[in-house]
Amino acid sequence: MIHSLFLINNAGDIFLEKHWKSVISRSVCDYFFEAQDKAGEPDNVSPVIRTPHHYLINIYREKIFFVSVIQTEVPPLFVIEFLHRVAEMFQDYFGECSEVAIKDNVVIVYELLEEMLDNGFPLATESNILKELIKPPTILRSMVNTITGSSNVGETLPTGQLSTIPWRRAGVKYTNNEAYFDVVEEIDAILDKSGTTVFAEIQGVIDACVKLSGMPDLTLSFMNPRLLDDVSFHPCVRFKRWESERVLSFIPPDGNFRLMSYHVNAQNLVAIPVYVRQNINFFETGSSGRVDITVGPKQTMGKTVENVIVTIHMPKVVLSANLTATQGTYTYDPVTKILVWDIGKLNQQKLPNLKGSLSLQSGAPKPEENPSLNIDLKIQQLAISGLKVNRLDMYVEKYKPFKGVKYVTKAGKFQVLTVPSHV
Amino acid sequence: VFGMSANSLAYSEQSGAEAAVELGQETTPTSSAGGAAFGLFSTDFKKNEDLKEMLESTKESLKLEAMKRVVGLIARGKNASELFPAVVKNVASKNIELKKLVYVYLVRYAEEQQDLALLSISTFQRALKDPNQLIRASALRVLSSIRVPIIVPIMMLAIKEAATDLSPYVRKTAAHAIQKLYSLDPDQKEHLVEVIEKLLKDKSTLVAGSVVMAFEEVCPERIDLIHKNYRKLCNLLMDVEEWGQVVIINMLTRYARTQFVSPWRQDGVFEENSEKAFYDSDEEKKEGAAQTKPYVMDPDHRLLLRNTKPLLQSRNTAVVMSVAQLYWHLAPKHEVSVVTKSLVRLLRSHREVQYVVLQNIATMSIQRKGMFEPFMKSFYVRSTDATHIKTLKLEILTNLANEANISTILREFQTYVKSQDKAFAAATIQAIGRCATNISEITDACLNGLVLLLSNRDETVVAESVVVIKKLLQTQPSQHSDIIKHMAKLFDNITVRRRFIERSPSILWLIGEYCEHVPRIAPDVLRKMAKTFTSEEDIVKLQTVNLAAKLYLTNSKQTKLLTQYILNLGKYDQNYDIRDRTRFIRQLIVPNEKSGALSKYARRILLAPKPAPVLQSAFKDRDRFQLGTLSHTLNSKATGYLELSDWPDVAPDQSVRNVEVVEAVRINTRSDCYYKSESEEKSESSEDSVKSSSQSEKSSDSGTDKKKKKTLKNKKLQQGKKAGKDGYRPQSPALARCFTRLHIHVVHCFCLSRLFPVQVSSPVFVPVRPHELLHRMTGKGLAAQYHFPRQPCIYGDHMVSVQLTFNNHGDHALEDIHISEKTSTGQSIHCFRPIERLEPEASVTVSVGVDFNDSTQAASFQLCSKTERFSVSIQPAVGELLLPVTMTEQDFSREQGKLVGMNESSATITMAPETVSSQPVSKKVVSVANVGVVPSGQDNVHRFAAKLVSSGTLVLVCVVQKDSSAQLTVNTERTVVGSMLLRELQTALSSAP
Repeated sequence: MIHSLFLINNAGDIFLEKHWKSVISRSVCDYFFEAQDKAGEPDNVSPVIRTPHHYLINIYREKIFFVSVIQTEVPPLFVIEFLHRVAEMFQDYFGECSEVAIKDNVVIVYELLEEMLDNGFPLATESNILKELIKPPTILRSMVNTITGSSNVGETLPTGQLSTIPWRRAGVKYTNNEAYFDVVEEIDAILDKSGTTVFAEIQGVIDACVKLSGMPDLTLSFMNPRLLDDVSFHPCVRFKRWESERVLSFIPPDGNFRLMSYHVNAQNLVAIPVYVRQNINFFETGSSGRVDITVGPKQTMGKTVENVIVTIHMPKVVLSANLTATQGTYTYDPVTKILVWDIGKLNQQKLPNLKGSLSLQSGAPKPEENPSLNIDLKIQQLAISGLKVNRLDMYVEKYKPFKGVKYVTKAGKFQVLTVPSHV
Repeated sequence: VFGMSANSLAYSEQSGAEAAVELGQETTPTSSAGGAAFGLFSTDFKKNEDLKEMLESTKESLKLEAMKRVVGLIARGKNASELFPAVVKNVASKNIELKKLVYVYLVRYAEEQQDLALLSISTFQRALKDPNQLIRASALRVLSSIRVPIIVPIMMLAIKEAATDLSPYVRKTAAHAIQKLYSLDPDQKEHLVEVIEKLLKDKSTLVAGSVVMAFEEVCPERIDLIHKNYRKLCNLLMDVEEWGQVVIINMLTRYARTQFVSPWRQDGVFEENSEKAFYDSDEEKKEGAAQTKPYVMDPDHRLLLRNTKPLLQSRNTAVVMSVAQLYWHLAPKHEVSVVTKSLVRLLRSHREVQYVVLQNIATMSIQRKGMFEPFMKSFYVRSTDATHIKTLKLEILTNLANEANISTILREFQTYVKSQDKAFAAATIQAIGRCATNISEITDACLNGLVLLLSNRDETVVAESVVVIKKLLQTQPSQHSDIIKHMAKLFDNITVRRRFIERSPSILWLIGEYCEHVPRIAPDVLRKMAKTFTSEEDIVKLQTVNLAAKLYLTNSKQTKLLTQYILNLGKYDQNYDIRDRTRFIRQLIVPNEKSGALSKYARRILLAPKPAPVLQSAFKDRDRFQLGTLSHTLNSKATGYLELSDWPDVAPDQSVRNVEVVEAVRINTRSDCYYKSESEEKSESSEDSVKSSSQSEKSSDSGTDKKKKKTLKNKKLQQGKKAGKDGYRPQSPALARCFTRLHIHVVHCFCLSRLFPVQVSSPVFVPVRPHELLHRMTGKGLAAQYHFPRQPCIYGDHMVSVQLTFNNHGDHALEDIHISEKTSTGQSIHCFRPIERLEPEASVTVSVGVDFNDSTQAASFQLCSKTERFSVSIQPAVGELLLPVTMTEQDFSREQGKLVGMNESSATITMAPETVSSQPVSKKVVSVANVGVVPSGQDNVHRFAAKLVSSGTLVLVCVVQKDSSAQLTVNTERTVVGSMLLRELQTALSSAP
């Protein structure tokens, strides 16, 4: 299956290599560099590259290319999914998945990779199991280790590895027992110039942070489970129970995990929390253009819209922008041609506005397409679909845990077109 | 070895300065004195020296520090091989972290330093006997990773031993080691297959994925090894770890295609492509005549589909994809669409996942538009998408286009054409062309749209438009003279023409080809071209000569002079291609004495009708590769790709999947230990699993303190420990109901016992026979039915499982449907969870358990809704109080011998003539009573065995056929049950089928 792994940074340095079978020379990466050159943007690199003797399957994450070398037929998603798990494991262990963090912890990284694959086949990918085998680095522990000579490596097989609930480690103990659930929803939408919704849907996830002693068995139910159209679960969720009763019943992993992700029924109308009035013009003569954008709250269910950011990818001919913002700040990067207007909180009384002129490259023809606007926003204490957690019950264990549910709505791929959609 | 190959030298120029530095380091010969690999940097040289000292010191911490730095070197791809002697000494270290790092080093360099590596082998052999399973496993992992041919026999021995280890984790490692040994020495295949066969029988979910992986790599052709494990694998699937699931599902897809008959023959009706269905219909009629037998899906085939479906909800995208491909390749056509939603869900995942999933959707959507049409908007392109994602989405949108949605799709395409990404805009124009050829209604509209694009400022867009217009016109030239006229008009402006023609000389070809449709314009175009001929590009000149020749043939009156002028210019052109062409054309078209016969055919040569180009998807026929595979993504066969075979015409013997040894008697005792994995069954009696698990917990606690114990003792301990963790059992009875996900092994037992005995004589399940519980008139809208699903009840050993189906026929929703209290007749009943709400026209099925105490007395109870109460009762037939038991013929005779006299009731019956052959007899018996078939040596003797659910008393049935009459005997201690059963069987057997 997975033969070797190379980690490559944006500058093209191979800063880590690991082989699970016999060694493959790093010159195989030259094929990757070739493809990268051809693609230009890192995002455009094809995830599967064929070379004369190997296949390279790669992902790009946190400015690092994870390039795996494959020799024989294997489902590409198998490898892609695994590489993403590796990246997530780094995130989990070191707080960030970056070149610096990986280089600083190269021994732990190596030990992790050794445990995660055997002969190229995944052996242990559950965070709870790995953490028993190899303890994550903390300042205190590394100090203690240097003094006492004890190690970060577990000596016995984690019990999870043998049980039917491999995701939970045994013997968990907390003095404060807490379980927090974040219901995070994202709106994906395309609005046309007049503000009409061309396309809108809501995706959501429930991220959990569970710190409970022993082997708690939790049940989480919703007020309105019918809203959920398509769901996928962490392996801990009992699927049959969901099918028959629409409740989530599970023995949770210890720590942070994603309990479920869902898609809200397409029939339900999606509330659009903001509206945008905008006018972007480029003039035929005089090499200039004009921008006038106003953002205001729409269907917010009485909550405040925060962290509003408008991003515009300007056409190549736009040299600079001279604008005034009534609220927040704007920046224009003449290299990437990206205009960012960071608004912050939306105020109902005084709507934020960005107005001014653009200067274009002289002599160049005016851009034929107006750029579209990408909106970012956040609304606390609201799940825009209306999904509500009804109750959370704990069985088996006796203590009273502290329970909390938080709702957040964010913009996902939220696009406003500056041309009418019906051309 | 590690130095870069000559090949990489060529590449190093591209990969920049960094690689050049590497090259400088690594091509230094490693054989020169210590530390030469870092010769470029004197500091590195010194560091390397002190590493050696540190490794040889007596302090553990120094050694560990040194090993960490060595691993750092390996990670960066630096050569650290000359430290081998110093490192290998530490292989027996007590410090586990140090030991592990040494392992990392060994695996990396053992191949290069084989002699030195042998020094470490004895350490591993010792570790293979260690009481700690983690140490045993990692010793095997390292031993099998050392690619030294000399130790093959040692590895073989170690694998064989580990395959029988008590710890499933060690057995998993053994499965991985099989593949390693196989790649090191393929001659060992025969022995390795034996180990695989043994491990395939393993019931641990931990081992399943790894051993199937080994099977796929070593002996994928030995499909016979799977037969006996097929049902077990299907049933374990849900509990196997995610990665194993992918491998098992892919293997089972291949397996199913060799063992079951095609489910597709029947549903030609569902074929969407109406044209195809039209052509097929004749054939199908013929087939239909030949095959009077309707298609019945093999229960094993259904089992696979049923057990994989829940995995569509997995968080692992590879699992979802593998289930999707399984449905695509195995499910009846009308069932495939269950995977759609899940595939669309994957599109919200990472970019790389999107790429692979979109490719698979592209292949699917060609054959079955309907699957993805409702989700069309999910394939709309966003400006932030990567180029390859955009192209794939475009492909899918084109595949989905039909008369109904084409206007929406074209509108979407129009915005794409304006995209700043010009390559993408060009691809969109191609896509418009494909839509236009596929849907004839819109061809005109598309052409007009494309013509408008000709005035676009971007040259790529214009060029692509001309190419697509050309292709479209070729399919139907006669109606489109306006378009050719329009294009010709573009020639008026000389700068536009220049730019235009340079990019796409095919427009000249187009005018030449269809000059008869534009008789006035074409000569004018030629005139304009003649004017500027000398200053045109070569390719344009060639096309002008072609145009002139064609016009000369069709309209020589107007163009004779022009043609001659152009041919003269061409004759003296600087380019020899043009000179040659001109000469050739002149000979061909201008008749003179020398040209002879050829010029007669000039018209046929130059103006031959040309076939229209076919515009089709790049994903057509891609499903010749199994979906989801690397080969499918690359569209060419990857190394090690295993072909998916075609369905067999006749299904191979189904009984090969039957498993002989089934301990049906154990079924009920097992059913209450939800969490126990199969492997523990032998060591554990489940009655007091709570007690025993708490005991073993204690023992394991005390055990961890004292590590060094004798092997034997320790093994026992581990077992206890295992049981302690796995035998964990929910204590609240409310919870016990809901651990359905972990019921797999119960279901497993059920399947074995049910499938096996019933199936030996008849492959069909007994049809569900519903009984009325509550009529909708009496129930004021609420109707209820019950039937006996004949499963071992999961709520208790002594209970019969009953399924209730509620229907709301009323016009308002019913709330809180539940069973109140206990039965009025004294049976204990395990109620279902209250149904919160039942909408009008909705129905819901729940299951309950009733302990009938082995009597046919009806169980009466009250069924309540929020507002109403109804008295109802469940009347069990005597045959439903049984559970099938498997036994051999000998056992049967022995047991029967014990149950004579009072315990035997018998009758002679006259059989209906149709019943004389053997199959109907068992079918009929099984339809009346839930009994298991005992394999019989004689054709005319049928034996059945079962036990009473509540008391466990054995019930034996024997039918001896003599021509049209039969002797029926029932033996059981419960005489009442015996005589009732006899009566029921009597009526069943003597009636006509």
